[in-house]
Amino acid sequence: MVKKDISYLKQKNLLHMENIYKIYDGKVVLNDIDLSVSKGELCTVVGPSGCGKSTLLRLILGQERPDKGEIFIEGKPVGFASKDRGIVYQKYSLFPHLSVIENVIIGKKFTAGLFAKKQVFIEEGMEYLKRVRLDAHYNKYPHELSGGMQQRVAIAQSLIMKPKILLMDEPFGALDPGTREDIQVFLLELWEDIKMNIFFVTHDLEEAVFLGTRIIVLSQFYTDGLPNDQNTPKGAKIVADHALERIAASTTVKKSIKNRELIEQIKLDGFSPEYLQRISEFNLRHPDSFQTI
Amino acid sequence: MPIFWGIHAKPPKIWKIVLGLLPFIILVSVYLTASHVRLERNSDDKLLPSIGKMIQAVDGLAFTKDKRKGEYLMLRDTLSSLKRLIIGVLAAAVVGLFLGMNLGVFPGFNALLMPFVTFISIIPSLSLLPILFISFGIDEMGKVILIFWGTFILITRDMYLATKAIHEEQIIKALTLGASQFSIVYKIVLPQIMPRLIETIRLCLGGGWLFLIASEAIAATDGLGYRIFLVRRYMAMDIIIPYVLWITFLGYMMDLILRLIIKWRYSWYVEMRKGG
Ligand SMILES: Nc1ncnc2c1ncn2[C@@H]1O[C@H](COP(=O)(O)OP(=O)(O)OP(=O)(O)O)[C@@H](O)[C@H]1O
Ligand SMILES: [Mg+2]
Repeated sequence: MVKKDISYLKQKNLLHMENIYKIYDGKVVLNDIDLSVSKGELCTVVGPSGCGKSTLLRLILGQERPDKGEIFIEGKPVGFASKDRGIVYQKYSLFPHLSVIENVIIGKKFTAGLFAKKQVFIEEGMEYLKRVRLDAHYNKYPHELSGGMQQRVAIAQSLIMKPKILLMDEPFGALDPGTREDIQVFLLELWEDIKMNIFFVTHDLEEAVFLGTRIIVLSQFYTDGLPNDQNTPKGAKIVADHALERIAASTTVKKSIKNRELIEQIKLDGFSPEYLQRISEFNLRHPDSFQTI
Repeated sequence: MPIFWGIHAKPPKIWKIVLGLLPFIILVSVYLTASHVRLERNSDDKLLPSIGKMIQAVDGLAFTKDKRKGEYLMLRDTLSSLKRLIIGVLAAAVVGLFLGMNLGVFPGFNALLMPFVTFISIIPSLSLLPILFISFGIDEMGKVILIFWGTFILITRDMYLATKAIHEEQIIKALTLGASQFSIVYKIVLPQIMPRLIETIRLCLGGGWLFLIASEAIAATDGLGYRIFLVRRYMAMDIIIPYVLWITFLGYMMDLILRLIIKWRYSWYVEMRKGG
């Protein structure tokens, strides 16, 4: 194993964590996660169902605390959820009692002083709504919008606060395939447009490979050489970590041979319980990848 | 398509109106027949007075000034009762809302008060009646407190459950948008449980009327419950029956108003419930 200067990573990178453990009721879910993500990355996370992807995201968000280890954003340890990390969930991201525009500007209102002018917020909110192409629907309630539109409002709602990192947990998981492809392209355009940092959890490999500049595979299917029995799972680790090339944002790349091969590789590495890699053989090729021992 | 029978029935609109009226028509006809039969046998019968007799009685109470007090008795009864009911239920709604909401949001507050609230919720409200009347006499306070007590526990519990039912994602989302704890309680939680509060009040009004009439029956000088228990001594069914109908009508109107408020002010809530 190549020894890396970890403290350098921690200083340089936007998101950094070492030796992260999460244990629920005595059951290890996340087992010694080491991860460092640099600025501007659209980092996607995939893994089998129940491996702990959402758990990892909740730890970064501050919704829960790790049992061991610490997570840093721009070198500072994260606390409870706060406005430097935005979040878009699969559901319940919007406030049902507020109209679309009210949903978008509510963060501004939360953080405004007593004498702030609401009109200024509304103008700024409309700018963001234009960007997500929903300015025509500003006055509707969330329940009057389709699932895809709701998610776009949720993105605008988070972006207006200019978070250091936008966390997304299967944001498009409930959408039908057509809508899903549209909003993927839309997210990429937005990401290129305003150069934000995105941490994107999905169980859809194609989506992860298509969107990401880097893909992390989280999985409990590996062996550490010790006797392995299915009844006492060891908790998920990062079993693969690839840099992805960004070819023009067209959905045709989804079918490209290179991507197909990568997806097959990831399926084998992370998704097949019969094929257990040894810890020392993980494919952690990404330059920011590291493992503490 | 069957019009009436089975789970596939789709009664057309006109049928729905006819079907809905049917039980009322039957009830009224049964009453009229029975009343007629009894009065035929004994014209002084008091149990099932004729419609004419009831109209006469209502006229005397509602549209003629009482000689001694110079007031319209039924109006005075109605206003006194409504005042007690509305003050009691409203106070219960306000206390229940804030107590339930804070129990749901703040674990420390919950640890402090939840066991206590659970304990006092078991006290049967009516058993408090003697205590209240010993302490407050026939004053308004005793009656209002009884109504308050009889409804606020249910409202508190329901507001607690409604608060708990708000998805954690909503709270976290608000935090990521820079919300303070104060904002979370008053801008996210409160507006989302308001329509549920109104629904709970609708359910509690039934209990509210019960406690109102019980307290008026025992210690009062006016009120709808006072009146029917007063004239009960003379078996004045010609007054009691119109009063009961009037109470029912008032209850129905209050329910209707609350329902309309939800429909007009909280369209998002109605839609969300439909959508599940
Ligand atoms: N609050 C909790 N209490 C107890 N166990 C939990 C809790 N949250 C998650 N778990 C467990 O942790 C494991 C990982 O859950 P997590 O939701 O992170 O998985 P996931 O990878 O996001 O799965 P999915 O693809 O289904 O969303 C699961 O086995 C789950 O049962
Ligand atoms: Mg998940």
